[in-house]
Amino acid sequence: MISFIFLVTILLIVIGTSGAMFKRNLIKIVMSVNIVGAGVNLFLIALGYRSGGVAPIFTNAPSLNMVSPTPQALILTSIVINLAVTALLLSLAVLIYKEKEK
Amino acid sequence: MSKIVKIVSLITLNPIIIFGLYIISHGHLTPGGGFQGGVIVASIAILILVVFENDINLSKNLFSLFESLGLIFFITLAFLGTFKNTFFYNFLANKFWFLGKTIHFGINQGFLNSGGVIPLMNLAVGIEVASALSLIAVLIMSKKKYD
Amino acid sequence: MVNFKKIKIISLVFFSTFLVLTISFLHPFGKPQAVEMDNYFIKNAQVQTGSNNVVSSIVFDYRGLDTLGESTVLFTAVMGISLILMKKKYEQNS
Repeated sequence: MISFIFLVTILLIVIGTSGAMFKRNLIKIVMSVNIVGAGVNLFLIALGYRSGGVAPIFTNAPSLNMVSPTPQALILTSIVINLAVTALLLSLAVLIYKEKEK
Repeated sequence: MSKIVKIVSLITLNPIIIFGLYIISHGHLTPGGGFQGGVIVASIAILILVVFENDINLSKNLFSLFESLGLIFFITLAFLGTFKNTFFYNFLANKFWFLGKTIHFGINQGFLNSGGVIPLMNLAVGIEVASALSLIAVLIMSKKKYD
Repeated sequence: MVNFKKIKIISLVFFSTFLVLTISFLHPFGKPQAVEMDNYFIKNAQVQTGSNNVVSSIVFDYRGLDTLGESTVLFTAVMGISLILMKKKYEQNS
């Protein structure tokens, strides 16, 4: 059957998509888009795990059996781009609120 | 906010900035690096904006100047490698000059003057990310009315 | 009249069954298959670059061009926010 981590990933993506489709408040829609981004990052890290492995750093390491370092380097860029999209969406929400209260 | 919150927030400002600079400067030995340390330093501006609401004016021109300086420093370090081989070449590793100490394969306790051009790139990216996030916080959370 | 609520519920059910069917075909958790590039990075990154952190040497040395593109994305996002939120100040000066 499916392992436990991939079930958590499916749950995060479905919750985020259903929150973006069924809610009317602007702040809740922005938070749901952020949850989808976090779920995708978790899926990419869980793909590179080796059984009984430690972190790929050579300073006082417990053993020499290490996990893959390539997906960890790719999601650093993905987290920053996710932050830029969330910041732009929030500034649009502030602009809508200021135009409405005049 | 009351007087106790203002005084305690000014006292805890110093350990936060020392912790953020420690994570930026040890990026080639422990987990962390430029992006993670830059976010920690940027949380100082958000703390000041939440506690002192209308009493302090943070200037936008200073943050914009530091963000541009960080990005120019990063591109200059990338272009200095074209004199040897390619774009983005590590021209300071294994050279016994400034940051190049040869390290053999294995588990050791970590030496600070190693790593070539990587600690300088960590510093440039850390300055840029801290200034960019502080500028975003100042633009969204200011309470002036343009009448 | 078009009923929006039923269309949303049916499309959400299709999307979630597609996700469950795709993930059930993956390799078991803990045994990756294509590991040649990762073995080369773990064996050679400490001697060639001189840093103990393999992830940091991948981000800044072996794949430095992606980090340059990411810094440009962050700079462009700050430019876009400052154009949106300072509209009235630009209108006052013209």
